[in-house]
Amino acid sequence: MTKSTASGVTPAYKVTQLTFTYRTYRDRSRSWEPDWSLKGLTFEVGSGEIFGVVGPNGSGKTSLLKLLAKVLRPQAGRVALFGHELEGMRQDAVARTVALVPQDSQQIFPFTITETVLMGRFPHQQSRGSLGGFGWEGPEDLRLARQAMEETDIAHLAHRLISDVSGGERQRAIIARALTQEPKVLLLDEPTAFLDLNHQLEICTILRRLNEQQGLTVVLSSHDLNLVSQYCDRILLLKDGTVFRLGTPEEVIRPDVLETVYRCEVLVDRHPVSGLPRVTLPSRLAVGVAHRMER
Amino acid sequence: MGFLGGQRRGEGSAKRTLPCDDAGTGMAATSVTPWAEQSVLTSRRWVATMLTLAGVSLLVMIASLRFGTEEIGFADSARILFQALRYGETGIDSPGSSSVILLQVRLPRVLLGFMVGGCLAAVGVGLQALLRNPLADPYVLGISSGAALGAAVAMLVGFGKTVLALSAISLCAFLGGLLSLVVVYRIALSYGHLPVHTLLLAGVILNAIFSALIMFVTSTMNPNRSFGMMSWLMGTLTAPDYPALVVLTVYLFVGGLILFMQTRPLNILTLGEESARSLGVEVERVKKTVFFTSALLTGAVVSVSGLIGFVGMVIPHAVRMVIGPDHRLLLPASAVVGGIFLLAADTAARTLLAPAEIPVGVITALAGGPFFIYLLMSRKGGLAR
Repeated sequence: MTKSTASGVTPAYKVTQLTFTYRTYRDRSRSWEPDWSLKGLTFEVGSGEIFGVVGPNGSGKTSLLKLLAKVLRPQAGRVALFGHELEGMRQDAVARTVALVPQDSQQIFPFTITETVLMGRFPHQQSRGSLGGFGWEGPEDLRLARQAMEETDIAHLAHRLISDVSGGERQRAIIARALTQEPKVLLLDEPTAFLDLNHQLEICTILRRLNEQQGLTVVLSSHDLNLVSQYCDRILLLKDGTVFRLGTPEEVIRPDVLETVYRCEVLVDRHPVSGLPRVTLPSRLAVGVAHRMER
Repeated sequence: MGFLGGQRRGEGSAKRTLPCDDAGTGMAATSVTPWAEQSVLTSRRWVATMLTLAGVSLLVMIASLRFGTEEIGFADSARILFQALRYGETGIDSPGSSSVILLQVRLPRVLLGFMVGGCLAAVGVGLQALLRNPLADPYVLGISSGAALGAAVAMLVGFGKTVLALSAISLCAFLGGLLSLVVVYRIALSYGHLPVHTLLLAGVILNAIFSALIMFVTSTMNPNRSFGMMSWLMGTLTAPDYPALVVLTVYLFVGGLILFMQTRPLNILTLGEESARSLGVEVERVKKTVFFTSALLTGAVVSVSGLIGFVGMVIPHAVRMVIGPDHRLLLPASAVVGGIFLLAADTAARTLLAPAEIPVGVITALAGGPFFIYLLMSRKGGLAR
């Protein structure tokens, strides 16, 4: 099951001493202060791996994904994408290899779903040397968009406006847009946050299938430890911007590890089918018991 | 949060339901096109729209050549224009005739009005996409008044004699416009995702500051010059001479072309800067290009026509409701419609109280202001976001 990150194969990502700080203005001290940050992250994502990033709120998951997509620039450290330094790559070259599905997407202009999905073809159209203002989507672009829309179950929404559909439908449209980029690496920030059970499963199935059939590398961040445990080959657990644990679900999803990071009690047992770790929050009764025991 | 125009287009395309399944699995190129045509801008629709608009603008131009203090029939106009083209006859030889009025006064003014309107609308499209604010407009955001201040200062110092020459005055207008654009953008940036209203407030304040400074500059001039200044500030089109018109045409055409080259990145930029970057847009480069070009165009337009408001907001908005938000079509179509609109407004300005003239800025503000209020009221909760 575990895909090798053995030497000889170029890893999808090689991250070395990555450091990033957000600065926000504080009214109280009247100065820009580092808000929260990533400090000296070093890890690798193997080619063809499904890689989960978990951690408490504010541990730096979103920043990490944006750094991997070159949307943000690190203050220090290096990111190599399939052996190429990200810093030296053109933005559209990055976009032909890496697609990012952000957590929330707002659109105030009345674009249709199809138009939004087709935007994923932009980096490829750039590489064909078309004029900035002109040029049309070719049949191949339309075919890829159509295929992505069928895969994400939004083909029936083709004519609807992206601003009019539900959060889940918008999320699936954004995933379709990312697939239309024909990426080798797909970065997803909380991909299932707005989705109901049915579509959560659907998205995970798509990711798994693309991963198995086309060798797509997937890096996803999530609060859903169970999802990460069931679908990811390896899991990176962040705490306060540093790597707390990196390994297989069995190595990371453990009661002692989670209690240290999340500072709360959890129950970890086995998934009845896969046998992988499964996380459960203590029930109301158990919380009562725990409190009583602490006293 | 669905925005205004969206609905109409959404409903429209929903009525034309052509089931998606028609395309089958969408594997063959020919079977893909039918479903896509419903929801994507195609080259055929682009050409059809632009040809229609070009035809309409030609008709409006011909009509506005006819009207004025003195009416010149279509047959006469055609004859005079034909002669001018055929023999290079400019009508100077026969002063007082209708050919002088047509060739020396009306035609250049009609062409100027069309270009000014077109530029304002094109700049409006660019700013709306870049600021992700469908109410952005060079006039409302204070960019025009920044440019006007620059031009006023240049005139006071005496860099140039005429308002028309694209010299130091235009340059100062450009700098003034750029300054206010940078200020507006810094305000927009400092809060990350800015509610639509806040940016408008920033524009209101900039406008107030610049107006005060312009008033101050005007008050230091002698009465004769300050009167000319006031009528220029209200937004007036005056017939330029042909060399100046040619320079302006080239200038505005190049600026418009640069904006047009950015339309595809602008489409992507409506998703937000971070998403655009992840899709391969060199965001900083596109932003700088659009900002500089907008400031240049606004500066040029303001230095020839003064403050003409609301064209840059109303026209892109209305056009977007009809043809959709794809900037590849929205930008050129808005430019043509903006030209038609200002041409019609200027014809009204010339004829309503003939022989007296109303400043065209008064007409556009009277038409655009209420539309602006309507937009604000119809959005209510949506605006606060």
